[in-house]
Amino acid sequence: MKFIFDLHKTMLENNLILVYEGEFTQEITKSVLAMAERNMDSIGEESSTKRKVFNVMVECLQNIVKHGDEESSVSKQAIFMIGKKNDKYVITSGNPIKKENVEGLKSKLEEINSLDKDGLKTLYKEIIRNTSISDKGGAGLGFVDMARKSGQELEYDFKPLDEEYFFFSLKTTIKRI
Amino acid sequence: MNIINLEGAEDTPKIILDKTNGIFEISGRSLPEDSQGFYQPILDWIEEYGKDPNPSTEFIFKLEYFNTASSKLILDVLSALEDIDGAVIQWYYLEDDEDMQEAGEEFSELVDLTFEFQEY
Repeated sequence: MKFIFDLHKTMLENNLILVYEGEFTQEITKSVLAMAERNMDSIGEESSTKRKVFNVMVECLQNIVKHGDEESSVSKQAIFMIGKKNDKYVITSGNPIKKENVEGLKSKLEEINSLDKDGLKTLYKEIIRNTSISDKGGAGLGFVDMARKSGQELEYDFKPLDEEYFFFSLKTTIKRI
Repeated sequence: MNIINLEGAEDTPKIILDKTNGIFEISGRSLPEDSQGFYQPILDWIEEYGKDPNPSTEFIFKLEYFNTASSKLILDVLSALEDIDGAVIQWYYLEDDEDMQEAGEEFSELVDLTFEFQEY
């Protein structure tokens, strides 16, 4: 039973207000969004902060849903967390991705982090003009949008899981107004 | 022409497209799982409407939130409206929602259409 106490303590220490682990679907996405919204409403959070958190959450959750439909059972297991401190919200996700996609994703995130506000706007317009919706339903705009809405760099990490998969962690910070 | 009248849901917008009464509106939240599938009938409808449009078309966007996949499809809707003479976009945003205002401004830079911005 000690792990319950430890988990509880970890959540408190990291100011986590919501943790979901498991398989991600659109239905789960809607539930997680509703829970986080209720939580922010209950403390009377500023509407502009609320909207930015909601924005980043949606992109984050739908990214996981889109990548969770691969054949392996490893690829389905992911984690999503929200932490709230006095001055900020921290939105974190972790999900397995195929080894061959690591480099591409890393360079995309590096590019996004190297750009300022105007650079991100230009990149957004370039992508929206030139891409079509992928088979997985994405527009390739999610990370750019997360960086724009947060106004912060996206923090990320890749850890090998097995020969085929890496675990991709992503952290976005939204400053409270 | 048939009328499209979709009730909004927690992840899909409310949509009314009614040629006879001159009502064209997309409002609420747009984060469907399959944005392409969701918007395709809307795009088809606008294409059909474009063959014999009303003298003027006031198209209202009153969105509270949309995800990035929807933003691509909203651009497709706007592009379809570009070909319709007398089409004007009414872009509504909440008075403190700078991101939604900016999103409208960006769309207006991407298409050749008249945008009127409305705070509410």
